[in-house]
Amino acid sequence: MEKGAIIKHKIKNATDTGSWRNQTPNLDKKTCIGCGTCVKYCPDACIILKEIKNAGDNKKKIAEIDTKFCKGCGVCAEVCPVKAIDMK
Amino acid sequence: MKNIKKIKIALTGGSASAEALRQINPAVAPVYPITPQTPIVEAFAKFCADGKADTEIVTVESEHSAISMAIGSQAAGARTVTATSSQGLALMNEILYIASGMRLPIIMLVSARALSAPINIHGDHSDVMGARDTSWIQLFSENSQEVYDNTIIGTKLAEKSELPIMVIMDGFTTSHSVENLEILPDKIVKKFVGNYKNEKALLNVEEPHTYGPVALPDSYFEFKIDQEKAMNEVLDNYKKVAREFKKISGRSYKLFEEYKVKGAEHIIILAGSTAGTAKVVVDKMRKKGKKVGIIKINLFRPFPYKKIAKSFSEAKNIAVMDKSISFGSVAPLYSEIVSSAYQISSQIPNTKYKIQSCVYGLGGRDIFAKQIEEVFEDMINENISKKTKYIK
Repeated sequence: MEKGAIIKHKIKNATDTGSWRNQTPNLDKKTCIGCGTCVKYCPDACIILKEIKNAGDNKKKIAEIDTKFCKGCGVCAEVCPVKAIDMK
Repeated sequence: MKNIKKIKIALTGGSASAEALRQINPAVAPVYPITPQTPIVEAFAKFCADGKADTEIVTVESEHSAISMAIGSQAAGARTVTATSSQGLALMNEILYIASGMRLPIIMLVSARALSAPINIHGDHSDVMGARDTSWIQLFSENSQEVYDNTIIGTKLAEKSELPIMVIMDGFTTSHSVENLEILPDKIVKKFVGNYKNEKALLNVEEPHTYGPVALPDSYFEFKIDQEKAMNEVLDNYKKVAREFKKISGRSYKLFEEYKVKGAEHIIILAGSTAGTAKVVVDKMRKKGKKVGIIKINLFRPFPYKKIAKSFSEAKNIAVMDKSISFGSVAPLYSEIVSSAYQISSQIPNTKYKIQSCVYGLGGRDIFAKQIEEVFEDMINENISKKTKYIK
């Protein structure tokens, strides 16, 4: 039995808590400036910064939202300085 | 032991624990001020400000926050220490169970003080007795030397047992009184306590762990039994750690201290600073040929029931002196001693002792040698009753 009920986190066995969501964040990739503010604020750590290729081989970092654990709280949309996230 | 330099110094109990903390150098110390705990953190904060310790001291907004933060930082993987007294400990109460339930070896220095109302800032054991069922290890200290030693022993004991610990000193009587003590060189202490390693550190993102999940009726019970098992193992762990400590310091600590118990007919059992006064009384009465002795509690949680009952099994009379009161019941230490006597009754049948309960020193009321002598005299004259005696 695990001491103090501290259990090793197994991502495969984790409940799909994203199904609780009643609003979903939608990212406008063109508006996103890749500042990473939403990454720090997301209480479920659902957002990462990912590098994408722009036209003309320019590399750009933008947010990528994984909705598996997203509860749709809307914090990301609230903190986004360029309003690139819209809750629907 | 042979080649270790002895450093003699005069310190208050509070400063003695701060000195030990400087040598242990914990990573984090979330603290909130309360008399008579303040001199502990005051002295320790000065060490940190002077660069003699690199602990991150966080001045939080309440004791509830202090212990909550201590849990967070210990779970994150940092050795964490806090300190409190009285209402501060009472405010922490809810979170104390979480610290022990998650098996986090937080170190807490408690300068024991009376509880309100009416308000009183002086020393008694009401606060720590209120936390006796929280599954924290409780270690009592008689004087500055023991406070220093217990802080070091306690750190190792808690981490070995994976349970949090309260190192207890008497408010004002010990925490504010300057006494001579012997401290160990920094290197020796650092080597003794070693580095803290939390195998399930939250900050280890390579191997994520979940702290504080829900445990329903099908599993909660087992977790609590497991916790109780860990608590009972503390008795053996304490003996081991105390033995190791003797090697570096020459000072020997046992689960409880027996002072002239051999051949004693009348024994007083107590905890904390009053043991010092009681020892003087024992010496004086022994010179007059009276067979008296003292048992001083070191480890109160877990309580060494069987060992202690064996120790007083040959006595004629026993007086248990509590510096706290349990309303509507019997005093805490008295109740433990009565339980101990019962637990041993099948192994040692024909014991004939009577046990007297005495309550003294509430709200920091002084107790004098003469009053302790009267407790012994009452036992010698068989003036024993089932009613609690109040030594006022």
